[in-house]
Amino acid sequence: MKLGKNRRKRFTSAATLDASFSRRSFVVAAGMGGIGTLLASRVGYLAVIENKKYSLESESNRVNLSLIPPRRGWILDRNGAPLASNRADFRVDVIPELMTDPQGTITRLGDILELDPTTVADVHQRVADAVGAQPVEVASGLNYDQFAAVGVRLPDLHGVVPQRGFSRYYPTGPSVAHLIGYVGQANAEEYKKDHDPLLITPGFKIGKDGLEKSFEKELRGVPGARRVEVTASGRIVKELETREDVQGQSVKLTIDGPLQDFAARRVGLESGSVAVIDCQTGGILALVSMPAYDPNSFVGGIGRLRWKMLNEDDHIPLLNKSVRGLYPPGSTVKPMATLALQQHGVSPDEHVYCGGGYQLGRRYFRCDAVHGSVDMRTAIEKSCNTYFWTMVHRVGYDVLAPMARTLGLGDEFQLPGTSQRYGTIPTPEWKMRRFHQEWTAADGLNAAIGQGYVLVNPLQLAVMTSRIATGKNLVPSLVYGNKRPVGPSLPFTPEQLQVTHEGMFRVVNGSGTASIARLNLDGIQMAGKTGTAQVRKLVSRGHVGDWKSRDHSLFVCFAPFDNPRYAISVVIEHGTFGSVAAAPIARDVMTYLFDPEKALDTLHKLEQGWGGTPDERMRRRYLAFIGDQGVDDPPPPPPDLDIASRVDAESRVVGMKPGSAEKETPSPSPDASGTPITTA
Amino acid sequence: MGVIPTSIARQPWRMLIPLTALVCFGALVLYSAGGGGWMPYAAPHLVQYFVFLVMAFVMTRFPRDFVALMAFPAYAVILVLLVLVEAVGAMGGGSQRWLNLGFMQLQPSELMKPAIVLVLARFYGSLPVGEVPSWRALIPVVSLLAFPMILVGLQPDLGTALAIGFGGAVVMFLAGLPLRWFVGAGVAGAAMAPVAFFFVLKPYQQKRVFTFLTPEKDPLGDGYHITQSKIAIGSGGWFGKGFGNGTQSHLNYLPEPHTDFAFATMAEEWGFIGGLFVLIVFALILRWGWNVARSSRDRFSQLLAAGMVATIFFYVAINLMMVMGLAPVVGIPLPFVSHGGSSMMTNMICIGTLMMIDRWNRMAPRSGLRG
Repeated sequence: MKLGKNRRKRFTSAATLDASFSRRSFVVAAGMGGIGTLLASRVGYLAVIENKKYSLESESNRVNLSLIPPRRGWILDRNGAPLASNRADFRVDVIPELMTDPQGTITRLGDILELDPTTVADVHQRVADAVGAQPVEVASGLNYDQFAAVGVRLPDLHGVVPQRGFSRYYPTGPSVAHLIGYVGQANAEEYKKDHDPLLITPGFKIGKDGLEKSFEKELRGVPGARRVEVTASGRIVKELETREDVQGQSVKLTIDGPLQDFAARRVGLESGSVAVIDCQTGGILALVSMPAYDPNSFVGGIGRLRWKMLNEDDHIPLLNKSVRGLYPPGSTVKPMATLALQQHGVSPDEHVYCGGGYQLGRRYFRCDAVHGSVDMRTAIEKSCNTYFWTMVHRVGYDVLAPMARTLGLGDEFQLPGTSQRYGTIPTPEWKMRRFHQEWTAADGLNAAIGQGYVLVNPLQLAVMTSRIATGKNLVPSLVYGNKRPVGPSLPFTPEQLQVTHEGMFRVVNGSGTASIARLNLDGIQMAGKTGTAQVRKLVSRGHVGDWKSRDHSLFVCFAPFDNPRYAISVVIEHGTFGSVAAAPIARDVMTYLFDPEKALDTLHKLEQGWGGTPDERMRRRYLAFIGDQGVDDPPPPPPDLDIASRVDAESRVVGMKPGSAEKETPSPSPDASGTPITTA
Repeated sequence: MGVIPTSIARQPWRMLIPLTALVCFGALVLYSAGGGGWMPYAAPHLVQYFVFLVMAFVMTRFPRDFVALMAFPAYAVILVLLVLVEAVGAMGGGSQRWLNLGFMQLQPSELMKPAIVLVLARFYGSLPVGEVPSWRALIPVVSLLAFPMILVGLQPDLGTALAIGFGGAVVMFLAGLPLRWFVGAGVAGAAMAPVAFFFVLKPYQQKRVFTFLTPEKDPLGDGYHITQSKIAIGSGGWFGKGFGNGTQSHLNYLPEPHTDFAFATMAEEWGFIGGLFVLIVFALILRWGWNVARSSRDRFSQLLAAGMVATIFFYVAINLMMVMGLAPVVGIPLPFVSHGGSSMMTNMICIGTLMMIDRWNRMAPRSGLRG
């Protein structure tokens, strides 16, 4: 550095100091100039080069975007009746900044809305703690009268904002619970997966289970948005623009809503499932698992006690038994077996003598009765095990498993919103893989009557029945208009089917096991097959032991016999004989399809004995349950009868619902929001 | 750097015209920052400017000998005021920077900035030439500098203490003290910095430094000021959002839009062009001041003028670096633009001093070194 020269100079004169000043002042000036240039380039860098970034940040400072949760698309039944809808949810918020007299206003609100003192104290506290323009919720789930009461007093209530939102409403509640699922607030995990700010918008719900979950994309809709200019402290300066939300698409199902409701209620106090399939299309008309939870009570979050009660119930209301319950099909597989036997050369007219059992080596397999001489049709009618043991032993079990698969047992169907357990159709290879054991002849005999290793779900039984009924390879579907192509035609001749049908016809209409299931309808006859599946090997059949060790009761059927329209499977857990629990339910569900009034008469009488509809019974049980726990629970919002009357079991019959004569005509615009329904 | 022929103008119009333009521009910025009104910032800003401009013209009439004579007494009085401030503050149970004189709030630390330059220039101006490289040139100056710096630092007002130190250091440097002292002080300072940081700075000051280093880590806390200021400047673009349309300032995102962050307020509405205008005006004023110093023929005038320029420069540089995120947040306003009487007074004293020296230069342009 040139200034370093100073170091060597011991003598300083005025001249050298002057020179030093010149040099040093140049250095200082250069330094200042340098810093000035740096500052100029910094301004340029920020304002010109980084302008885009900072403009954006300035905009996001200035504009506060609040999302308006979109109205969720409806889930409709095949006739357009809502299985899941929205209803107006009235709530009242206050904006603390705009309140002139927070104390007085909140106290008045508490009086108008009849809030309890703890809630009012809570609101006081939250208003006192609030900052800026963030609204504070005073009450939600209000009815229209309360909402209107606040509305007319609004001029005196500064800072009070009555809000109108929408909440999910399932008119038939528990009847559709397992099929539709439910909605709830997104949890942290779901938000992590999808960083949509909508997920954390107050009031927004996403599908948590069932169809609500699998059709989330279609049902969600597009959120509306309100853009306001805000100050740093959150005060709203002016409103910029508001974009309306776009309601989610509706999803139309093959389900018949009233039928679904009827079937669910007809299960009554039992634990079980009902599946109904349209024999023309394969569309699922009803898929019921009962008991169930009330999805409406989950919408506002699942209460701890409610959850506890559901979890402790031995009827397992949280399990969708129709696709996840696995049961030995028992004798319901016998019609299927007759088709397999005929295909492998067994003449339907060949007789087998049933002396009450079948001797295999040193083991004796006991039949339910001494049936004497039986042919194929009688074997179905009487559910004679000896016949099937004899025949299956002759042709070999190998022929049964492929036939079971052909008819849909052991199959997982492509259905949205269901997570199915497909069970087991055992084969020698399967047993070796699973248990490392050789297949024995006894295994074959057990499997032949739907016991042993065989496990199926109720939906598979309904599919099997529909395929036997029609001889067509029907594929079950849930979404309306999304008809599944029929699979490769089934390898039966009409004559073979005729034999099996006749056997099933005699089960119901002859001297068979389920004469109780005979339809009391003119000109419509049903064919069916009972099944009684052993839960425990050593317990003898019938009404013995505790509920848990009783046999499962099964029934499959189709009608009309001469031109099958509907196929039904009913599985009642621990319902004892197939003819006792399952067959009457199947009969009434089938009756409802042809004569709803008659079926409803039966149901209403039964429900009187049971203590009301499932909704009412569940409500009472819950109150008793929380009473035991010594807690209080606010009542749920009352059902919306206008919507419900369009889809419950009674909706099919005019004037059926007691005391609701004026409610029968469905309002022209069903949507509480007044938005037209779009059909998916 | 050019030399202004003294015969061309009686008044330094090359400085006065840009300065007045800058103050008027500042008034516009304050008009907008005040929510679109002359009150409470813009009108007082202009009034203060013209009042202090009159004061500067009065100062211009001071003869050189009078100023030299008054240097030490002025310094002593201000030092006593600083002690008084400390004492009043201690009695009041808190830190204090002002003395309430009844008719105005006097901030003695502001007066100390030009006073320290004056007293050091006076000291070196009369120091025998031969003693400049000796310890006798250093020890008194260090104590002259240390007392006010410590007193102001105790207030605590780190920004002003540094401004006093900077003005003093520039005078010492230009006075021709041996370079190795500055190098040594620099090395020692660098070595002491960590110690000073942890033991001298208060926690809130330490936090400011951390925040300056990583403002993003605390965007809603201390980093908020720097971040919002950068957003305001950055969102201005080439030509700004237009007069009165700055959202960062009007919606209160920008802290102190009329004082410390006035430049950000300006840049948001006037853009890069506005920023360049301000920088160029400062460059013109400072260059004029520097030329005044260089054309002075005696050491006292030279050092006094250069020290005044350095003091103004320090204000400008630290403030701009702060609002652009290049320096920690220290409460230093932008001269002639920010609202605030104390700052306007100090800066106009500097300007007045420079005009006064300019007049001395014109009156005795060819005199040799005196004293």
